[in-house]
Amino acid sequence: MERAEIESKLTDLLVDELGLERDNIAMEASFEEDLEVDSLGVVELLMALEDNFGVKIPDEEAEQIQTVGQAVDLVEAKINS
Amino acid sequence: MSRVALVTGGSRGIGRAVALHLARSGHDVAVNYAANAAAADAVVDEITAVGGTAKAFRADVGDVEAVTTMFDAVAEDLGPVAVLVNNAGITRDDLLLRMSPEAWDEVLTTNLRSVYACTKKALRAMLRAKWGRIISVGSVSGISGNPGQANYAASKAGVIGFTKSVAREVGSRGITANVVAPGFIETDMTAELGSEVADAVVERITLGRLGRPEEVASAVGYLASDEASYITGQTIVVDGGMAL
Repeated sequence: MERAEIESKLTDLLVDELGLERDNIAMEASFEEDLEVDSLGVVELLMALEDNFGVKIPDEEAEQIQTVGQAVDLVEAKINS
Repeated sequence: MSRVALVTGGSRGIGRAVALHLARSGHDVAVNYAANAAAADAVVDEITAVGGTAKAFRADVGDVEAVTTMFDAVAEDLGPVAVLVNNAGITRDDLLLRMSPEAWDEVLTTNLRSVYACTKKALRAMLRAKWGRIISVGSVSGISGNPGQANYAASKAGVIGFTKSVAREVGSRGITANVVAPGFIETDMTAELGSEVADAVVERITLGRLGRPEEVASAVGYLASDEASYITGQTIVVDGGMAL
């Protein structure tokens, strides 16, 4: 899958699942600081990523994700591995 | 679409009564059991005989991997769990001075580790649905203590602390977590008491009798319903007025 496609799908998920404003979602945006997603929200997002992209994200790797870009990186790595 | 309820230890006693009650109120019921397949199948048969939907699932709920496998199977066969009843529980009574490490570990694993394992798995689907009911069976023993039950009481008191914490974590997603704490109920667990002890126990009960499993099941049923949507982190004591 192309990175651009992952970014687009991830953005859709953030808008649909977490109710975020599409304009606020930049790759450098931090989930907790910039987007004000609470820690439960990050867990929910990762579960949605697993479901939507058919990947498995172990807890230790999930804990490292702080920005939108890092989430895209992780999904890209999982899909292409 | 019916909601799916999973009752751990649903083959006998309070668990059986809960499974039957939830089936009557329209849930599809996953009846978990550890060893007694015949008893679990009997509960399933009783539910399906009157047009309900139920299936038995074997798993030692103290084992995290077995719990994962069970939840996957339930999701496959019945659907995502909307109502989780953590009922599985055992006793290994002894005075603390004589209590073996094994007796301690077995009770804490079956009674409390199971609650951690099952609730963690159940939350996934509940978060997605933004609706869930986590109901764990406690005990008056865990609230007031009971000689010979340091392990059991610890596990049941632990269920209360666990429930309050989880309630706070997931409340924003429409998921409630509560405890039903039974007193002395007519089941296999209390059948071994012996008449002298039983009489002494009944003396302390305001309503003057042991409880019936159905009377605990109806409290669970209430908490599982939409009517209980503003109740979370609570413990409902169903003990005939013993621990007042």
